[in-house]
Amino acid sequence: MGSIWDILPGLTDKLAAHVVLAACAIGLAILIALPMAVWASRSPLVSRLALSLASLVQTIPALALLALFFPLLLSLRSVFGEGLPTLGFLPALMALTLYALLPILRNAVTAQANLDEGVLEAADGVGMTKWQKLVLVEAPLSAPFIMAGIRTASVWTIGAATLATTIGQPSLGDPIFAGLQTQNWALVLAGCLASAGLALAADNLLWVIEVGLARRKRWMTFGGMAIVALGILAALWGQRSEDAERPIVIAAKQFSEQYILAQLIGSRLEAAGYRVEYRDGLGSAVVHSAVAASSVDISVDYTGTIWANFMKRADNPGREAVYETIREWEARQNKVRVLGRLGFENAYAFAMRPDRAKALGVTSLADLVGEGGSLTVGGDPEFFERPEWLAVRDAYGLRFGRTRNFAPTFMYDALRSGEADVISAYTSDGRIAADRLVVLADPKGALPSYDALLLLSPRIADDPGVAAALQPLLGAISVEAMREANYAVDREDAGKLTPKQAAEALAKKLGL
Amino acid sequence: METASPLLRFDGVICRFGEVTAVGTDGVGVSCDLARGSFVALVGASGSGKSTLLKTVNTLVEPTGGRVLFGGEDVTHLKPARLRRRVGYVFQGIGLFPHFSVAENIAIGPRLAGEKLPPERVAELLELVELDPVYATRMPDELSGGQRQRVGVARALAGGPELLIMDEPFGALDPVTRDALGRKVRELHETLGLTTVMVTHDMAEALLLADRVLVMDKGALVADETPRALLAGAGGTVAQRLVRVPREQAEQLAALEGLEESGA
Repeated sequence: MGSIWDILPGLTDKLAAHVVLAACAIGLAILIALPMAVWASRSPLVSRLALSLASLVQTIPALALLALFFPLLLSLRSVFGEGLPTLGFLPALMALTLYALLPILRNAVTAQANLDEGVLEAADGVGMTKWQKLVLVEAPLSAPFIMAGIRTASVWTIGAATLATTIGQPSLGDPIFAGLQTQNWALVLAGCLASAGLALAADNLLWVIEVGLARRKRWMTFGGMAIVALGILAALWGQRSEDAERPIVIAAKQFSEQYILAQLIGSRLEAAGYRVEYRDGLGSAVVHSAVAASSVDISVDYTGTIWANFMKRADNPGREAVYETIREWEARQNKVRVLGRLGFENAYAFAMRPDRAKALGVTSLADLVGEGGSLTVGGDPEFFERPEWLAVRDAYGLRFGRTRNFAPTFMYDALRSGEADVISAYTSDGRIAADRLVVLADPKGALPSYDALLLLSPRIADDPGVAAALQPLLGAISVEAMREANYAVDREDAGKLTPKQAAEALAKKLGL
Repeated sequence: METASPLLRFDGVICRFGEVTAVGTDGVGVSCDLARGSFVALVGASGSGKSTLLKTVNTLVEPTGGRVLFGGEDVTHLKPARLRRRVGYVFQGIGLFPHFSVAENIAIGPRLAGEKLPPERVAELLELVELDPVYATRMPDELSGGQRQRVGVARALAGGPELLIMDEPFGALDPVTRDALGRKVRELHETLGLTTVMVTHDMAEALLLADRVLVMDKGALVADETPRALLAGAGGTVAQRLVRVPREQAEQLAALEGLEESGA
């Protein structure tokens, strides 16, 4: 585990992407907000409507706003064609632009409303046209206030842009989300420091411009603008190499196993001469749609997840039948190629602390029926919305006292500290063995199978080189090997590895 | 002074804002001719419609009935920018542009017409209003109220206007500055051969500066007299009520000083 100072220099790519994204969003918000403010200053109705709409946007959590653009853009593909990107820069730009609108709009409208009546009358009196009045009088007198709004918007946007990671846009959120999932706090801090530093730098530069405008000090205004422009140009320059042919994009959901497998797949492809790029920390639902849309190219998904969430099937015809049906459905429905199974299952399983299980005399889900009412069950953020939970609950008639959501890594801490009695663990999780947890039996077979699958997007489905490079992974990874690798990343002691190191160790173990 | 063709003609002017009629009474508008070279004061109480009538001249207010003719042309048919260059406008709010220097403020009218006012001309205009040309580079917030209004007058004169219209131009100034600036404007009116219309609620100012006084009451023109005639008792009750105020003040002052006679 490196220290923060070792990590920071490696974040320049993310910083450049972050700067470009935030700058575009703020620029676009300015382009929208200023004409709107001019219109609003001429019509109280427009003013009220625009401000309430912008305020409404602010009440939506930034994370949700970003996620909402994915289905929106997906549905817009019927209008704009399949080439419309649904993940990455475009939705991030749109969400952040909406987010940045309010402070700019509000300050611009307020500034115009507070202009001196006498000055406006004089403008008419000396014969200015409406346009001249706007350009020569209203705009320069409002400029310092508008600049203050732009400052606020910039700080917000730079902060919120870290969330763009969740919809596949590289940003300084990448180290934050990756670090949170793998409990690599140095990585989290490095990401936070970098984005906070960027926000502070932007705030101060824009402050210089604002003061320059207010005190009519041209050297401050233009000096500040020049530095901002240079920063954005440098960021664009740093991103220029991205314009080459698109690399193969490997997706990872928000847990350690996904980070490790993404690195493993990436190293195989790089060894075969492909350029690869990682999109870490995506939501589970987003990843599947993203592969189908070729927004990302490779993902590892699980049969049970696809079966229940995307095919909406509640029956359980058995492990092999489920796999074959999914394979056929993905090819027909999404043009996604299921390359094969990796060999291990990462199923949902209910786990308890051994002392607690023993005290209650619980060994299987059926035993929970009597005790459930006094127990707290912890699940990952999506678990209680998933059909698997409903299936288990209904099959055994379970009733729990409380249900609580935890980020996957924190579920085990909750179990250890007694904040949860039962958790929805994952069978490939190394902490089950490390914590000697009791996995409750599922005698009724209510939980479906969760074979890990390798999915290829339509874009690379027929690429023989990709298939050949990944072929050795199929059927090769045992649940024990996966557990070991997962635990190496999740553990907190000296043996902790980064996902990349864990992937290397796993590859060695597999003889690759 | 009066010639056959008036520079400015109000022809049945009515101004209505919704239910309120600011200028005109019972559907009859204000009509009156102003000759070239005259200095006309438009006097009346607050709400009498004098400011509104004045603003129809440079189309800051558009009449809902009747016409305003400037040099024989309907002002609403003239391009506003062109019209407002030929009509200098000075008002109580002054309205110097705070982000422009004094010189830039003065030069704004010509600049809008695509013309650059040379520094010598700015200096000349500053001297006209008795300001040192070094003020050219100052910003408005470095000036006193009186100095600002001098710049306001210089700005109104920069385009070489034929007509100067002033709306309570000295209302916000202290009495000494007010008196000095009033005299200055009267002097400029003579030397530059201007036609001047000044709105004021102060009858004393009107009597001392103008050579013709129009009195407005509730939107109608109720008196049109020379200062001398007004002092002699002409113009009717509304006008005489306004004349009484300065006259009684003057008499009281004279009595205080123990003087026998009063004069204007």
